Amino acid sequence: MSGWKGGSHVGVALSAALALAACVPNEPPSAGAPATLRRLSNDQYRNIIADVFGPQITVAGQADALQRSYGLLAVGASKAEITPSGYEKYYAMARSVARQAVSLDNRASVVPCTPRSAAEPDENCAQQFFVKVGRLLYRRPLAPAELALVLRMAGEGARLRQDFYGGLEVGLVGMLQSPQFLFVVDTLEPDPAHAGKPRLTAYARAARLSLLLWNTSPNEQLLTAAEHGALDGAAGRKDIVDRMLSSPRVEAGVRAFFEDFLRFDQFETLEKDSVIYPAFSVRVVEDAREQVLRTVLKHVLDKRADYRDLFTTRDTFITGSLARIYRVPTAKPEGSAWVPYEFPDDDPRAGLLTEVGFAALASHPGRSSPTLRGRAIRENLLCQKVPDPPGNVDFSRFESADAQKKTARERLALHSTNAACAGCHKITDPIGLALENLDGIGQFRSTENGVVIDASGTLDGVPFNDAAGLGRAMRDNPATTSCVVQRLASYSLGRNTTGSDKPFVDYLGQSFARDDYDFLELLRRVALSETLFAVAPPVGASSGVQTARMEP
Amino acid sequence: MSILLPRTITRRRVLRSVLDGAAVTLALPFLDCALNGNGTALAASGKPLPLRFGTWYWGMGHTPGHAIAEKAQTGSGIGFLEETAALKPLADQLNFFSGFGMPLDGRSNYTHFTGWVGNRTGSVPQKEGEIASPTLDLLIADTIGAGTRFKTLDASSAGIARENYSARSTESRAQAEISPVALYTRLFGPDFVDPNAGTFQPDPAVMLEKSVLSAFVEQNRDFSRTLGAEDRRRLDEYFTSIRQLENRLALQLEKPVPNEVCVRPARPAEPAPDKLAQVREIPNVIETHAIMAKLLAMAVACNQTRVFNMVFTDNFANVRKKGETYTHHLLTHTEMIDPSRGYQPMAFWFNQRCSEAFAAYLATLASIREGSGTLLDNCLIFAASETNYAKLHTIDSIPVWLAGKAAGRIKTGLHVVGGGDPITRVGLTAMKIMGVPLRNWGTKSLQTSKPITEVMV
Repeated sequence: MSGWKGGSHVGVALSAALALAACVPNEPPSAGAPATLRRLSNDQYRNIIADVFGPQITVAGQADALQRSYGLLAVGASKAEITPSGYEKYYAMARSVARQAVSLDNRASVVPCTPRSAAEPDENCAQQFFVKVGRLLYRRPLAPAELALVLRMAGEGARLRQDFYGGLEVGLVGMLQSPQFLFVVDTLEPDPAHAGKPRLTAYARAARLSLLLWNTSPNEQLLTAAEHGALDGAAGRKDIVDRMLSSPRVEAGVRAFFEDFLRFDQFETLEKDSVIYPAFSVRVVEDAREQVLRTVLKHVLDKRADYRDLFTTRDTFITGSLARIYRVPTAKPEGSAWVPYEFPDDDPRAGLLTEVGFAALASHPGRSSPTLRGRAIRENLLCQKVPDPPGNVDFSRFESADAQKKTARERLALHSTNAACAGCHKITDPIGLALENLDGIGQFRSTENGVVIDASGTLDGVPFNDAAGLGRAMRDNPATTSCVVQRLASYSLGRNTTGSDKPFVDYLGQSFARDDYDFLELLRRVALSETLFAVAPPVGASSGVQTARMEP
Repeated sequence: MSILLPRTITRRRVLRSVLDGAAVTLALPFLDCALNGNGTALAASGKPLPLRFGTWYWGMGHTPGHAIAEKAQTGSGIGFLEETAALKPLADQLNFFSGFGMPLDGRSNYTHFTGWVGNRTGSVPQKEGEIASPTLDLLIADTIGAGTRFKTLDASSAGIARENYSARSTESRAQAEISPVALYTRLFGPDFVDPNAGTFQPDPAVMLEKSVLSAFVEQNRDFSRTLGAEDRRRLDEYFTSIRQLENRLALQLEKPVPNEVCVRPARPAEPAPDKLAQVREIPNVIETHAIMAKLLAMAVACNQTRVFNMVFTDNFANVRKKGETYTHHLLTHTEMIDPSRGYQPMAFWFNQRCSEAFAAYLATLASIREGSGTLLDNCLIFAASETNYAKLHTIDSIPVWLAGKAAGRIKTGLHVVGGGDPITRVGLTAMKIMGVPLRNWGTKSLQTSKPITEVMV
């Protein structure tokens, strides 16, 4: 289990101190929202299993995907239910993980004691195991009744199987399928500072921090720190947050946010036609996704560069499979090793929008799509809703546009002449057409059907001539930064931010600007905010405040 | 449930033996619970053969004027045209429904979404992505789904798990199995109990698993009470899911009724890497669909489920031909109508493949003998798309098929003309046939209390 030492991001505390010394706005008060159950994402599930039982445990299969809500799967997690078939998958995963955890190969590292006999129950040893593991899986110590139940199950299992470890397996399956594990539970307790109001328990606060910053459950150190009140005051929390941000594990947290923000779950169903795009393969799909994430991580974590420059940077990584798409001679043709790469100044590519990941994802299987690309930019990166196409459009006038029109610009021009279509296409197409030099998988082309591609256009009144120009316009567009701020706020709170959250979002936005658009500093402000932990009483609960389970 | 055990040995006795650690072998005469002399009921119990319900989905509707000949009024005889020619041999197993409406009550037509949601739930969505009411397959499963391993099964050859058209609500939408191997493992893997095995030995570990689940459910009841109303409802769904697994485990402890029709199929081969990368190329979709159809049919014949949903292509028809730049969906909006034929040739080609796949699916169900008829004779299959004419996104007169004889509860061979009545009349009819105790179904202008009596026996 990793601690929070070591790190490539040790400059966080220092820069934070400097920033605090500057004139920054104060966080506005927040009433919070009712606590909710958040279903673990598949990545969180895997991270937790690796943390608790070791990376050698294979999580076979995966649970049903979360549904995106208000632009984020993290918000969908607060609404997600577990259907019967979805539960079956969780149950199969629980059985598989439990079997591996207590297997001959793993039991020595997972079980903290040796039973009197491997062929019969040993309650003392079983208790040591479940106290340790249960605390990590439930993100808090087990209540006495919970411990008693799992010990009883493990005892019966051991007797029936005549195998102590078989008994542990039975108990583990029970815990791994429990809602206390599959859902992140916001445990509440009375707030001593505000009579009659609840607050998150220290354990629940630790869980919120850990899931936000590391995309996993709190480890033993964090739980212990929480138990000793380290998260109760601003100073203690600052110390913990800075140590967590200094850990290499923060990469998993930042990666998880950007995968959600950029809607990279869509890569799971991405297909391209093998005749039209022979260079495209399953490997390219994986590498294209990873390239964008590596570009982001290097930019915001390693370089601590201005977030806005993600749309203009020429600094990235590349593999052999991507080199074929980019037609870059430097990487080995079939190699899969990642090497740093910088697009030369005279290369038309610059910024995330020109990477294969974005270009291929926002395209059709056999062709590019300025409309899909424009919509992805508007909705994903600028947080602007593009209306759905009306249900009564007569497409007759667009029939066979292919045969008569050579370029996408010509084809889409027809839409601007139709009142029902023009409204939305004017929002999406001018910026999507800027990327037309990239075909449906992101290969550069200067012509389409023999006609030179015109990639010029405007973004909210700012003109550009090509994809790199669009990147510069994106960089300078206020919505680019307000969008990532708003999404990070929603992501951390697990709910859509509403009007009452506007002061908090504004505060983050102002701070982000003052911090030179340092994403890690933005993340730090969220982690240190009172809003992250603010809760209102649950709506309709039979007992408004949940008793904290502080005792082991 | 006791019918599944020989009368002299109670379930309690079996379980007690299991808990005592004694290996129990319950020998039964092979196939002593076969059908009665008429082939209409289980001889052991005298109970009729189970009635099953399935849905089948395809995207992009039919090509108006080239799929089914129009009729002015309801009558026998379905006029199969070029697009649906593959279904003609199955005419005596089909009813076709046209001319039913989808009144929106001022709400938007969310393209390729509103149609299937209104048709399957009786409620038109108020906003994009909303599923306000349960789909009809789940209402039917609530009525007939008990006593089987799986209350419902969901499979899709379209390669997109989330594009499944069975849901309790927006947030409780089952995901379809998209891998034939995974579907096989779920149905016929290690947990499958062969009903025709000569001996039966309840697995003590299964009993223990069931006890563990029950105990954890009980413990979390108190936890549920501390939650807000919405979270409590979500947790109730979770408990419901556990109960279904508990029921499944309970069935594994009981000697299944011998069933000569039930034969564990061969495990499908792992798909080649090039196919995995081209899941939605139409030949691969058809191949996956054929494998899944056989697995589902045998699962139904083996009484593993009584409600099963199959998606051939999704509501945005993301399927394509190798080397073509447009998917089926894009073709419906961009391809020029061939004046000599009167339709979009390539979009029509895809529509034909959909009809052929539906015919193949029904033929697979009909290939399994059951009693004096076939499995299809004891099924009712509700097949529908999300649109009538995809080119224009029309949702009035969405084509709906009811296939199978529903164990004699439905007349077949009819083309039913809706005359603008709400399309929910078809769904209500299906649910009435399946025994769902509903007086009416649907909301706002989709609400109806009028099943289509012309097809009901």
